[in-house]
Amino acid sequence: MDLLEYQGKQLFARHGLRVSSGRAVTSVEDAVAAAAEVGYPVVVKAQVLIGGRGKAGGVKLAADEAQLREHAVNILGMDIRGHIVRTLWIEHASDIASEYYASVLLDRSAKKPLVMFSVEGGVDIEEVAEKTPEKLIRRHVDPLAGITHDEAVEIARAGGADADVVEGVADALVGLYEVWLQEDATLAEINPLIVTPEREVRALDAKVSLDGNALYRHPENQSLSDAENEDPIERRAKEEGVQYVKLDGDIGILGNGAGLVMSTLDVVAQAGGSPANFLDAGGGSDAQKIKQAVQLILANDAVKAVLFNIFGGITRGDEVATGLIAAFEELGPREKEIPFVVRLDGTNDAEGRRLLQEAALPNVHPAATMNEAAEKVVALAAGAAVPG
Amino acid sequence: MSVLVDERTRLAVAGITGREGTFHTLNNRAYGTNVVGGVTPGKGGQDVDGIPVFDSWERAVAEAQPNTAMIFVPPRFAADSILEAAAAGVALVVAITEGIPAHDELRVYNTLLRDYPATRLIGPNCPGILSPGKANVGIIPASFFKQGNVGVVSRSGTLTYQIGNEIAQAGFGCSTIVGIGGDPVPGSSFVDVLELFEADGQTELVVLAGEIGGSAEEEAADYIAEHMSKPVIAYIAGFTAPAGKQMGHAGAIVSGSAGTAAAKAEALEARGVRVGRTPTEAAEIAVEVLGGASAPAA
Repeated sequence: MDLLEYQGKQLFARHGLRVSSGRAVTSVEDAVAAAAEVGYPVVVKAQVLIGGRGKAGGVKLAADEAQLREHAVNILGMDIRGHIVRTLWIEHASDIASEYYASVLLDRSAKKPLVMFSVEGGVDIEEVAEKTPEKLIRRHVDPLAGITHDEAVEIARAGGADADVVEGVADALVGLYEVWLQEDATLAEINPLIVTPEREVRALDAKVSLDGNALYRHPENQSLSDAENEDPIERRAKEEGVQYVKLDGDIGILGNGAGLVMSTLDVVAQAGGSPANFLDAGGGSDAQKIKQAVQLILANDAVKAVLFNIFGGITRGDEVATGLIAAFEELGPREKEIPFVVRLDGTNDAEGRRLLQEAALPNVHPAATMNEAAEKVVALAAGAAVPG
Repeated sequence: MSVLVDERTRLAVAGITGREGTFHTLNNRAYGTNVVGGVTPGKGGQDVDGIPVFDSWERAVAEAQPNTAMIFVPPRFAADSILEAAAAGVALVVAITEGIPAHDELRVYNTLLRDYPATRLIGPNCPGILSPGKANVGIIPASFFKQGNVGVVSRSGTLTYQIGNEIAQAGFGCSTIVGIGGDPVPGSSFVDVLELFEADGQTELVVLAGEIGGSAEEEAADYIAEHMSKPVIAYIAGFTAPAGKQMGHAGAIVSGSAGTAAAKAEALEARGVRVGRTPTEAAEIAVEVLGGASAPAA
């Protein structure tokens, strides 16, 4: 779960990291009030979960109320590569002497936390890593021991932090590690970590990803994330406990098991089709869950045909068939026109196929294999008549 | 031979008294797996269809001598159950539980490494291990597989069934099917399982099913080039996954270019591993290679 900048900064502040004082607002009038509180000049920052907002015009400096009003009006509602700006962060503008970079993340390959630091902050860090890797310090930390202040000092020195701010950078690294550890983050990143002319070290931005599996330990974080900008079908799926990701195509996909569903998307694409969604009905889905899943898939108006690809382990073929039949009973006239291709293998597959055959649903086409199913659904989505 | 589980397996199950735990434990026993006990704190002294339940892993080991632990408890209790089983001296822990926090997995992995190096963890968030005709530990539907000489190692359960079934339909069987799970910090990696298959007398070919995210497939590619004498056939899922989107498995998230299906397939092919474009094609390549090596089993 990715957090907006201001949500990340609130977590930072909770763990003793220095951030500029600011307010999150959703209207121009609130922006004016917030700016008066934090004091001009202020920075108006669009809160969206996508990079490059500065280039898109989503970050502006305002010296007075007139400028603030102008920027707030322009940025609120702005579409930054598909992300609509609904929240602004109004922050007292900082004087900047240097821009550094700091992050803590879960290194899946080493199976340890990785702390990174560079004095080349404020720019795309992937470019620094690629072009001047020696300027990006990487240190693994023993997760059973945590990071010590001495280790953090060593990292700051190795990265070339100015001597008079080594302690301040080390404190920031330790604080960032605490955020990562105690909030169950998979990533906690500051870019830029600034040094002010007064030699204070402060987080000017925040990028935090939290582990959704650990949210039960952090009830206070459950309301975070960018709910307003979530796709409405994805949000509904989340509420219903279904793994659904919306994609750009016109072929609805349902399968069981993330790996098999991803594979199904690939096979459909190879057959010349374009998937409209990823939907993992999960292990042990009962008829009710299958019915819900069908409704989610069809909530996307772009869907022209649907592919069911089931290889049952704990999922039973008869439950899948029963759910599909139940879903059909409640379909509207538009949905009834949409063809389904069903490939059913695994536990109770024969029973499932028998149920479907007996129900004789007008628009349901059986397929014996995954490849055959993909070819059929691609043809049907393109409007072709398919035998069987 | 086979790897990890066989006739010598003595299985005990944490979470045996839960609905899913009971169902799959009895399934595993019905397949022929020797189930010697279960662990549920507070329910020691009870039994599940004749299988004795113990209050702790320590009691279970003292009284029933399991050499394999299966973890079926809810996510918030799973990490401690795994470590308790290891502390009690169980050599193999198979964690089926899905949804364990990544930080817990990190703690478990590094604690096992430091304090219990003799214990091997498979999973979490995995379908388990099946050695056809010998033992089934987990939720793999055993009826679709038969005994043979193909080793299968996979990050995804259902994808494993898909490929295994196609191999079975072509007349071949499997030595062992190992689901290592789709989480960010699995207890065992592809490399760990490849090493076991390389040393196993029954396994003649290995099918590796990977997916987007992380770098386990790339590491497997290096290992295969340097250490494997047996042929390895691969399949990678997730070519059409959009960047930055998470698709079910916590591990299956792509950001930037690293970890994409294309990069993984390329790394494997660059080291001489044939990669099927579909699960069917991967199975066909495996059958083609096997067909040259030995006749299909009856």
